Amino acid sequence: MATMEKKKAFAVPGEADSPVGLRDRYDNFIGGEWVAPVEGGYRENKTPATGKPFSTVADSTPADVELALDAAHEAKAAWGATSPAERAAVLNAMADAVEAELQMLAVAESWDNGKPVRETIAADVPLVIDHLRYFAGAVRSEEGRISEIDAQTYAYHFHEPLGVVGQIIPFNFPLLMAAWKIAPALAAGNCTVIKPASPTPWSILKLAEVLGDVVPPGVLNIVNGPGAEIGRALASSKRIAKVAFTGETVTGRLIMQYAAQNIIPSTTELGGKSPNIFFEDVMAADDDFLDKAIEGFVLYAFNKGEVCTAPSRALIHESIYDEFMERALKRVRAIKQGNPLDPETMMGPQVSAAQLEKIESYVQIGIDEGAEVLTGGHRPDVGAELADGYYFEPTVLKGTNDMRVFQEEIFGPVVSVTTFKDEAEALKIANDTLYGLGAGVWTRDGSRAFRMGRGIEAGRVWTNCYHQYPAHAAFGGYKISGVGRENHRMMLDHYSQTKCLLVSYDHKPMGFF
Amino acid sequence: MTPLHATPAAVETIERLREKHGSIVVHQSGGCCDGSAAMCLRESELPPGPNDVVLGKIVDVPFVIDAEQYERWGRPDFEIDVAPGAAESFSLEGAEGVHFISRAPRAQEDV
Repeated sequence: MATMEKKKAFAVPGEADSPVGLRDRYDNFIGGEWVAPVEGGYRENKTPATGKPFSTVADSTPADVELALDAAHEAKAAWGATSPAERAAVLNAMADAVEAELQMLAVAESWDNGKPVRETIAADVPLVIDHLRYFAGAVRSEEGRISEIDAQTYAYHFHEPLGVVGQIIPFNFPLLMAAWKIAPALAAGNCTVIKPASPTPWSILKLAEVLGDVVPPGVLNIVNGPGAEIGRALASSKRIAKVAFTGETVTGRLIMQYAAQNIIPSTTELGGKSPNIFFEDVMAADDDFLDKAIEGFVLYAFNKGEVCTAPSRALIHESIYDEFMERALKRVRAIKQGNPLDPETMMGPQVSAAQLEKIESYVQIGIDEGAEVLTGGHRPDVGAELADGYYFEPTVLKGTNDMRVFQEEIFGPVVSVTTFKDEAEALKIANDTLYGLGAGVWTRDGSRAFRMGRGIEAGRVWTNCYHQYPAHAAFGGYKISGVGRENHRMMLDHYSQTKCLLVSYDHKPMGFF
Repeated sequence: MTPLHATPAAVETIERLREKHGSIVVHQSGGCCDGSAAMCLRESELPPGPNDVVLGKIVDVPFVIDAEQYERWGRPDFEIDVAPGAAESFSLEGAEGVHFISRAPRAQEDV
């Protein structure tokens, strides 16, 4: 590494040598075209890297949601009637188009959200491509079931599209979370209207530029604007057949309430406070596995901690605590913060000023409760050019599981560490939370890993790994972390109706009348 | 000490939202993204549920939290404030370019 030349930072979108072009302003993407908002409102979109506006994006009203729903309803009959092979071909073409623009989209995503470009190049955008290809394959292999009721009576089960769905995307993975929702919806034959998160309205429009010629008009529609106006208009609309949401619990309840009022299904992913458990045997040898486990601890800082499944509670066996933490803190302190477009940067800014304020306030709450700050806890000095960006140091707090910083999702680069004395206590602490989205178990003992994995009340238990999100591995929450799953072919069921044709081949009457 | 406080700016914003939207409610959120924020909604759309507690009122607007969440957080006091920058969620104040902040009053003493 030492002999390698330091890679240069990517130029800021819109600059002459940037891979990302920038238009004067961005309209909504409706019916395959760029459509100005009905009331003509736009707003400036800031990059969290500098806190300064860099693009102008539609600030829509409910009338724009109606236009998007019009386009989706116009397209749904034709799209729903396409063969699985045709839909798979479109999804594969989408994947190819994204792959051809991987670097451009990675830089756009980094600038819109603040996540480091080394993550978007290696994870976010490649995973978008992978999810599109996965669902292209999955839909080709779908088949209905036939139930033999008796020798002359058969139930044929078909998957049919729901029609038009509404999907609300969070700000933490603007492109990847969109792909998680778009790919299965389209694969199952639905048209979608997307509402991006308010802090990150732009990178998905760059995605729409890439996909504009690939997706049939009206199948994919994107409307930007405030959640209280646009999100509400979409989620409560009588014209959607399903709503999907990723975000916090109150809006999750609200979405489910709207769905209940309209009698439509909903899927929700509402966050977590995921335990990451390190048993004493991780330190039985000083080898690659220990190195991987230490990295597994530091993954709380991945995407600056803005991950629903962030391993934000670390549970460490008391016998290895000192030695383990010495290594872990050394690795945390080696995290390079700064310009997210610099490939050397490991942690960028938080997504918004509001998030930064919240993280700061939680660190203070932790201190007031008696938690000890082992490292971090402040805004770092990142230099004059980035001084107005939303940066926060990677932070480690030590305390106990009854503290607020162990019970509330901070959604920033803050991990709360505690110790346990045996497996039973580890399991008890792990499950002592309202949430159940993710968990990590690190041990060289396969039987213990299995027992813990089955015992933890969470939808995803990473065993000797963390923060891997491959397609074909179901993802979703237990408890208040939400309802439904993503990332897996079972999503095709979430986006389909079941049609049962019950057929009698018997010519004789039943004999009742 | 009552468990709920609101800054004058928060009170003013809530009064304005009530004028505009009618009966409203403030829910303490949790979880992903902008979880942990206080969210202002039309009361008819998400009234306090059977497992919520009303911790008090700001003007006459109820402040609501899930009962189990309240217990797990150790029954903290709340101070509701408002700051520039549109709320990122469905919260009604977002349209006015501001967002509510839910603070622990103790944490403010040192600031």
